[in-house]
Amino acid sequence: MSGEQSAQSSENTERKDAHSLSGFIRNYMSFPVPGDLNLLWTLGAVLLVVLALMIASGLLLATSYTPDASLAFSSVEALERRGAAGWLLRAIHTTGASFFMAALYIHMFRGLCYRSYAAPRRAIWHSGVTLLLMAMMTAFAGYVLPWGQMSYWGADIAGKAAGAVPGVGPLLESIFLGGDSPGSPTLRRMFVLHFTIAFSIAGLVALHIAIVHFKGSSSPSGSKGQGRERMLSFHPYFTVKDVLSILVCALAFVAVMCFWPGLVTEPENYRPANPLHTPASIEPEWYFLPFYGMLQAIPSKFGGLVLSAGAVLILFFVPSLDDAPVDGRPWGRMHVQSRIALCMLIACFVVSGLAGKHHVQGDWLLVERIAMAGYYGYFLIFLPLAARSQKADLPDEVED
Amino acid sequence: MFVKKYLVIASVFFAAVQGAGCVKSADAQSSLLPQKAPPQHWSFEGPVGHFDLSAVQRGYAVFVKVCSACHSLKQVHFSDLSQMGLTPEQTIALAESWQIAAGHDEAGHFKFRKGLPDDFLPSPYSSPAAARAANGGAVPPDLSRIGLIHPGGADRIYAMLTSYGEPVGGEKAPRYANPYMIGHITAMPPPLHDNAVSFTDGHPATVQQQAHDVTTFLEWVSEPHRDSKRRLGVGVVLYLCFLIIIFVILKRRIWSHVRK
Repeated sequence: MSGEQSAQSSENTERKDAHSLSGFIRNYMSFPVPGDLNLLWTLGAVLLVVLALMIASGLLLATSYTPDASLAFSSVEALERRGAAGWLLRAIHTTGASFFMAALYIHMFRGLCYRSYAAPRRAIWHSGVTLLLMAMMTAFAGYVLPWGQMSYWGADIAGKAAGAVPGVGPLLESIFLGGDSPGSPTLRRMFVLHFTIAFSIAGLVALHIAIVHFKGSSSPSGSKGQGRERMLSFHPYFTVKDVLSILVCALAFVAVMCFWPGLVTEPENYRPANPLHTPASIEPEWYFLPFYGMLQAIPSKFGGLVLSAGAVLILFFVPSLDDAPVDGRPWGRMHVQSRIALCMLIACFVVSGLAGKHHVQGDWLLVERIAMAGYYGYFLIFLPLAARSQKADLPDEVED
Repeated sequence: MFVKKYLVIASVFFAAVQGAGCVKSADAQSSLLPQKAPPQHWSFEGPVGHFDLSAVQRGYAVFVKVCSACHSLKQVHFSDLSQMGLTPEQTIALAESWQIAAGHDEAGHFKFRKGLPDDFLPSPYSSPAAARAANGGAVPPDLSRIGLIHPGGADRIYAMLTSYGEPVGGEKAPRYANPYMIGHITAMPPPLHDNAVSFTDGHPATVQQQAHDVTTFLEWVSEPHRDSKRRLGVGVVLYLCFLIIIFVILKRRIWSHVRK
């Protein structure tokens, strides 16, 4: 197998020229990767490309944007109607935001599904969850910038949510909004936040990839896939696979951006922000809907905030909740319970989003509460139990 | 959401105050949601449609003659309108046909000048208060993005323009019955009349034709680049399909050495 040879030769060159740039690149290109990685493992590369696209288009958009409540909306309109390819830049940036979050969710789902968070790869998972948090903050701040109706009322709700924290709430709210209600100070904060977090994401992504290279990639077949003889060199085997995946995603990207833009745009946000007129229905972008549902699931504002923020923060503790070592059990031969639980988790996440879309009114309140219980149940009840039974099973596995 | 919650609390409070009467009015209100508009045929509909620019130009004529008396297109420059198929000379002539406010003269009277391509389309009212006073308490909405933000889209704009009923309400605040508006009532008087506009390309200026054309214009002005975007999309999709085929072949060749 030629992959094995190149993986071994890579180790020799590794020491020789680790200090030169070309050596560094060669090192990365010949990085040994488990040969059985499936399509889900290509999403990291897709995310990298979308991130580059977002930073490039975002920088160009920023050159004609004005972070001021009286000018923001018309500056975006002017850019889209008269700026050089402004309509294209904005379409790329809007579509990119949705694609980035979608790819990020699938990327994380892959981590949960194949237990990529298990030791020795905890640091990869932790940096990844931090990236998710930062991406969410960036996406939220970016959505406020065009200063349409949803931007304004979204900022208003976020401010009120921050204000619900006992004790420091009002202070937090006024720091976040820069006043009693969203306005120019809020816009300037969001603009700076959008920028700084976006660039921090780029930095943390570099760290994330560096840790992957240090610890080695996880694989669908768990520890069995990690043997030297099963490794292939990153280039050309995975470069070509990643490029293919990027091209297919680009096709979907262009189709959504050019032919079905309604999937990723909110018409109400083409109305200029109006503090005197509350829209009939305030809802965030689709990628926040599951958490938006949880925010409304219980009558207490602060309780809702805790549950909704906790749904993201709990991901940090996944490696501790499921501390069983990597086993040799691929998805196909995974315990039936694990597969069912994972499907339930996805179902709960989607249903929670649907309930969020319907403002958790009427029957949706009960549905949302069940979905939320399912979501938390997976992490707090199922994962520790599964880890315990797996650790108990372990000696048998070794004997096999 | 919290605002909504307050609204719910407020409505519950009013329900308690009004008692059973509220139930009746809630029923009445839900029955007065705008009707679903019958679907029309549009040149721009579907993922690969494109605007009929002659309809867009006729629609502009209707906008100038009719809509612009009360509605603004605040975000639009005259030069933006050149994309509906006008030469630079025609764009300049179009801009010059508009009067733009240019401050005051020595006696304090308003001064006007001819429009330039770089001017915004002027708004009919100087302020929302002036608009409200002139229209019986209602502010005519800006139409820059109406094609995107109007619920029900082009079909409902067309249906609304062609489905006026009897005038209702008093002298001071005249209202008109229209099944495609919220509450089946609108402050906008019936805007279109047969032959109120004359089309230079010989199309009969019936109410239906005017409504069809002005709807096409409003959809176009909401997203003037929609056609360029679709054209770009077709090219890029073809290119990507070609690249994907090449990379599928390349991937199969590279991976052919690997034992499963």
